[in-house]
Amino acid sequence: MSAPLRLVAAMSGGVDSAVAAARAVDAGHDVTGVHLALSRNPRSYRSGARGCCSIEDSSDARRAADVLGIPFWVWDMSEEFADEVVDDFVAEYAAGRTPNPCLRCNEKIKFAAVLDRALALGFDGVVTGHYAQLREGPDGLELHRAVDAGKDQSYVLGVLTAEQLAHSHFPLGGSVKTDVRAEAERRGLQVAHKPDSHDICFVADGDNAGWLADKLGRRPGTIVDEDGTVLREHDGAYAFTIGQRRGLRLGVPADDGKPRFVLDIEPVSGTVTVGPREHLAVGALRAVRPLWCGEPPADELDCTVQLRAHGSEHRARVRPVDGPVDGAVADAVEVDLLDPAEGIAPGQAVVVYDGTRVVGSATITTTESARADRAGTR
Amino acid sequence: MNDAPDRVYLDHAATTPMLAEARDVLTEQLGRTGNASSLHASGRAARRTVEESREIIAEHLGARPSEIVFCSGGTEANNLAIKGLVWSQRSADPRRTRVVFSSIEHHALLDPVTWLAAHEGARIDTTPVDRQGRIDLDALRESVDRDPTDVGVVTTMWANNEMGTVQPIDDVVAIAHRHGLPVHSDAVQAAGYLPLDFAGSGLDAMTLTAHKLGGPVGIGALVLRREVEPTPLLHGGGQERDVRSGTVGVALIAAFAKAVEVNAARRRETGERLEALRARLVEGIAARIPDAVVNGDPESGDDHRLPNIAHVTFPGCEGDAMLMLLDAQGVEVSTGSACAAGVPQPSHVLLAMGFDDRAARGSLRLSLGHTSTDADVDRLLEVLPAVHERARAASLVRSR
Repeated sequence: MSAPLRLVAAMSGGVDSAVAAARAVDAGHDVTGVHLALSRNPRSYRSGARGCCSIEDSSDARRAADVLGIPFWVWDMSEEFADEVVDDFVAEYAAGRTPNPCLRCNEKIKFAAVLDRALALGFDGVVTGHYAQLREGPDGLELHRAVDAGKDQSYVLGVLTAEQLAHSHFPLGGSVKTDVRAEAERRGLQVAHKPDSHDICFVADGDNAGWLADKLGRRPGTIVDEDGTVLREHDGAYAFTIGQRRGLRLGVPADDGKPRFVLDIEPVSGTVTVGPREHLAVGALRAVRPLWCGEPPADELDCTVQLRAHGSEHRARVRPVDGPVDGAVADAVEVDLLDPAEGIAPGQAVVVYDGTRVVGSATITTTESARADRAGTR
Repeated sequence: MNDAPDRVYLDHAATTPMLAEARDVLTEQLGRTGNASSLHASGRAARRTVEESREIIAEHLGARPSEIVFCSGGTEANNLAIKGLVWSQRSADPRRTRVVFSSIEHHALLDPVTWLAAHEGARIDTTPVDRQGRIDLDALRESVDRDPTDVGVVTTMWANNEMGTVQPIDDVVAIAHRHGLPVHSDAVQAAGYLPLDFAGSGLDAMTLTAHKLGGPVGIGALVLRREVEPTPLLHGGGQERDVRSGTVGVALIAAFAKAVEVNAARRRETGERLEALRARLVEGIAARIPDAVVNGDPESGDDHRLPNIAHVTFPGCEGDAMLMLLDAQGVEVSTGSACAAGVPQPSHVLLAMGFDDRAARGSLRLSLGHTSTDADVDRLLEVLPAVHERARAASLVRSR
């Protein structure tokens, strides 16, 4: 950061965004704190690991802004959030896919609706407490993994365009979380010891299935094994995620006595297929709407990919191909996983890395088993 | 006076800077010891200060000293008036639980009313207002006459805090008193800018707070006719006619009285000055932003609107964005709307006046006060066009 900028610091009420705002102030920028009101019916207090959206979080953000001596405002983004994130989340589950709402929120709210509003109001960009690094590279701005591998959030930022990144500031990317907490304490920020958020912010108490059941109602279907034998009925396929083991309540153990996992979800019939862990392994996948940081790769790319937030890295080969929708040119990618991955669900993002650098991202539509005897496409 | 001299403060309806005289009295009194309920010399001295202050306030409000019940401010006075009167009326006659009130009351009135409805089974009747924000007297009459025997209290604010529109209190009192019903008025916003005559108004109870007229925050009064006995909210030492227990704040009360006294002496002159300043402000806005609309009663005068408030709608703009941008330019205003759950909500006052949600969100309240100057208005007019343009752009981003 060089010349002073007018920046909006998105302040959730957590320690990370507070320290990020503080660092932007220290860097000489003219910073305005903004808390995003995302819920139409905010709860008064935090419960469990919900990270934002309560009035207490808003007050924590305000208090941090006061300590930093910066203006503070609440921006009501609840309508945009409901339309772009919550409704999408429900629709994706209804379609048998597994969405990542945090990624969606970054793509559509924080670095879109909020950024657009900030720019229109005369600000130069947005500061957040995300753990990721922006570096000037030979071909422009590059998004890199954070120094703190455990906190790295480049995956959920992998969907941002070059234009969005150009207006973004991630002051925490070079730090480890323990240092950020210590810094918060040193700065007299009350949120220094506030617990990290984990769950989806709009799902109270982290009860995803219960929350979806409220939204989608009863949609009965069956759980079957790979031979098609019905194991039990269920009230909604949306309550299941590929790779899920817990909560299947199958009663009868498998013939081999091994635990069974959700292998496939067929949304129209509501059929949930379960099988042994080995059958979860995915060897290849296809994804659409690729977004490249810079020029799209001309042909096959040797790289690594990450397939979910906080997931591990897999060596892979990525090929741009013509898309499934009216064959649009290079509108999709095929990914061969050299290290098979488990629990990969359509709807999730594949983020492509070259070392620490994010090369691009795309949305997974189909996966292929890594096993020769299960070569079929799901 | 203002501890941020580089700021332009146009939010006097939220709170106005303390008058220097009141501040001097406050700081001087804070150096003294003595509980006004104590019998020794220090207590007697404190009591004397309290009672002299009570007399001064009563004199300027056309009330008797015994009618001044000190409390913490407007919210408490309104709660005491509404809950207290409904409770006392109800114990005399169990049917008398209905509250008749205007649709543009401040939350400090509105919320105790809705609380009574939600928790105590009170029936509540909102009386509509016209496009200028003035109560519909025919509707009020109809509401009261429909069944006067179940009414606990009738209440209408003296002047609206967002619009400045002055309400026809005499008529409201007449409608209620035909049936012998108690009438309360929240005069928080009117006091300081209008001559108030409690006895002449016929009101049974009237809410005041010091900080809107140049006194300190934390002190106010419910002016209460001697025959009227609301059930107390607070029970304890029996201070303030046994209606409001709690050790009285001698220093705050003395400063309150000083503010009332100084304010009364200057009210006419200040009012005329602010009316002229407001005219400049409104004309200046119209010249720069032709589609801006000034709301409320266009006519000036004690029966029409307060001299210090200009409420303006900027079509296609969000008031919140303008507030933020003006603040960044050192100009402090209000949208006049309340925050519900941390999120700004469209003002219930504007909605009651028939504005749609969008217009209600696109409005600002600019309120002048005793420290306001031509330079303040100049500064606002200087920065407003660019602020307006940016806020409109932000609004377009949002609606696309």
